[in-house]
Amino acid sequence: MKLFNLLKIAWKAIILNKVRTFLTMLGIVIGVASVIAMLAIGEGSSQSIKSQIAKMGSNMITIRPGSEMRGGVRMDPGQMQTLTLKDFQNLKDNSTLLTYLTPMVEGSGQSINGTNNWPTSIYGVLPDYLAVKSWEVKTGSIFTEAEVKAAAKVVVLGQTVVDNLFSEGVDPIGKVIRFNNIPMKVIGVLTKKGENTFGQDQDNVIIAPYTTVQKRILAIDYLHSISASALSEEQAQDAVEEITSILRSSHQIGPNDEDDFNVFSMEELVSMFSSTNDILTILLVAIAGISLLVGGIGIMNIMYVSVKERTREIGLRMAVGGQGRDILTQFLIEAVMISISGGLLGVLLGLAASFFIENILSWPTVITSYSVVISFVVCAVTGIFFGWYPAKKAAALDPITALRYE
Amino acid sequence: METFVETKVKTNTRNMQKRIIEIEDLKRSFVMGNEVVHALKGISFDIKEGEFVTIMGSSGSGKSTMLNILGCLDKPSAGDYGLDGMLTNEMSKNQLAKIRNHKIGFIFQSYNLLARTTALENVELPLMYNSSVSSTERKESAISALNKVGLQERMYHTPAQLSGGQQQRVAIARALVNNPVVILADEATGNLDTRTSYEIMALFQDLNRQGKTIVFVTHEPDIAEFSQRTIVLKDGKIIKDALNSNVKDASEMLSLLPKEDHETE
Repeated sequence: MKLFNLLKIAWKAIILNKVRTFLTMLGIVIGVASVIAMLAIGEGSSQSIKSQIAKMGSNMITIRPGSEMRGGVRMDPGQMQTLTLKDFQNLKDNSTLLTYLTPMVEGSGQSINGTNNWPTSIYGVLPDYLAVKSWEVKTGSIFTEAEVKAAAKVVVLGQTVVDNLFSEGVDPIGKVIRFNNIPMKVIGVLTKKGENTFGQDQDNVIIAPYTTVQKRILAIDYLHSISASALSEEQAQDAVEEITSILRSSHQIGPNDEDDFNVFSMEELVSMFSSTNDILTILLVAIAGISLLVGGIGIMNIMYVSVKERTREIGLRMAVGGQGRDILTQFLIEAVMISISGGLLGVLLGLAASFFIENILSWPTVITSYSVVISFVVCAVTGIFFGWYPAKKAAALDPITALRYE
Repeated sequence: METFVETKVKTNTRNMQKRIIEIEDLKRSFVMGNEVVHALKGISFDIKEGEFVTIMGSSGSGKSTMLNILGCLDKPSAGDYGLDGMLTNEMSKNQLAKIRNHKIGFIFQSYNLLARTTALENVELPLMYNSSVSSTERKESAISALNKVGLQERMYHTPAQLSGGQQQRVAIARALVNNPVVILADEATGNLDTRTSYEIMALFQDLNRQGKTIVFVTHEPDIAEFSQRTIVLKDGKIIKDALNSNVKDASEMLSLLPKEDHETE
């Protein structure tokens, strides 16, 4: 009953001072909104990096020849010829943790179609390569095992290559292009992937059977790399170890000698990116937290001024029978009402800001429920805490002094 | 001095009536830095139900301290203060707040109304702190109090929309709303012109005739003439406590004033 009356009194005080209430709330509103928006940006970019890495094939493992000491000279790993088809066969026969496996040779050169030409890379691989890289063929098809065996002059083009070699509306399937002056028949086009995290155009590529690239373009018999997929992202590290031990034994490397190859998994890349992103998120939250604190201090300021300004009113309330705890409760209720409604408004504004950032600025945002809950609770707690001190001061006032206050 | 007061009280024609205020050798001293200031130096008097008493004195005489103690806003350093049969000396802050809420009606020189709040809500205020009064009862009591001061037409006006005299009437209604045993007024006409002062005094006299006990603190002798009894304080002591032989009637005085004369004091 009495609490209900105090609620009524506090409510009246709030609506009688709309501007003051609004200004007090503003600090909290902005604080909460910025915490939510910044966490949404942090979480959004983190998830977008993860999904981009997943698009690159998050369980992908790449084996490259390592640099080797030859008579005291360290050789350029790119020039090493230690990785061969035998290694590929060995891994294919002996590994247990790999699903897809493909040898890979790379070359670059000029692709030509009529009067159009375009510099690009050619990857010589097995059809498994698409699965390893999570790529898909949009139209046409990938080459067959038979075409690989025959070193057939067939290619699958990335979208960028298609765009640069063919005029719009022309179906490239069945057409013949030339790569480094070797005529190749287009049998498929890859689905557009866009740029990767590093800004590389992933569609500026031509895929052909590795046999074709080895024999007809590069004229080599070794491999540049072997790409594989682990059974799962979690097993990637075990797969790396398994590959290492298989290759060490087939390369007959002594227990004290260095590997003559390198095995990379995406996991390292993922963890590197996540830790960078975590630091960014912590930074954003720290900034947002400070603005929340400033909001809290704003509440304290206004409550403090409000107590000073209403000293006579407090004196009157005491004179007509208000007890110290009634005054304390009234001011606390005011602080609670202001911080909770400010918090709710802040949540709405934060959601709106995230929506705006996502849709207008096209920056990925993800709103997590914990960011909403945490910012709201922190705001309510700061508001109430900072409202408590002035309220306590008000309650401790001596009615006679309060009534005389000018 | 005590014997003087006692004889005075014994000669009071309302001797048999209930004593609302009983004060016995009341002392109040303040510590100001290293000095001890004795504001009240042993004061004794009784006020009976239905009396209209003015307390007079120049500034520094102790009349404000007296009123604070009477209003349970302050406690005496020594001596007894009984209000409506209850000894207030040993009461806690919260108990005193309750006493103020139930038994005392305050009226201030500067009205002390809540700004931007209607007359009705201002009058309701004391009852907001009384949990035994329902919201309907509260509103009814407030309306009836406003009726008594003649402001039923202006219930929903805020102080800014009311004249000084009307604001003081709202304050009087607020002092009446909890049906107190005593109304304490502190220079209640101090901010008003002569005509409005007389109007307010007429209202007080009217309330007194209806049986209200009123203690009115003032420094103006002509205001004191409207009360039945005047206590004069000087330097913390009573120097005079006498019944007025010639109580003036405020409504009569009002009719003697020239019409529409709003001279200020």
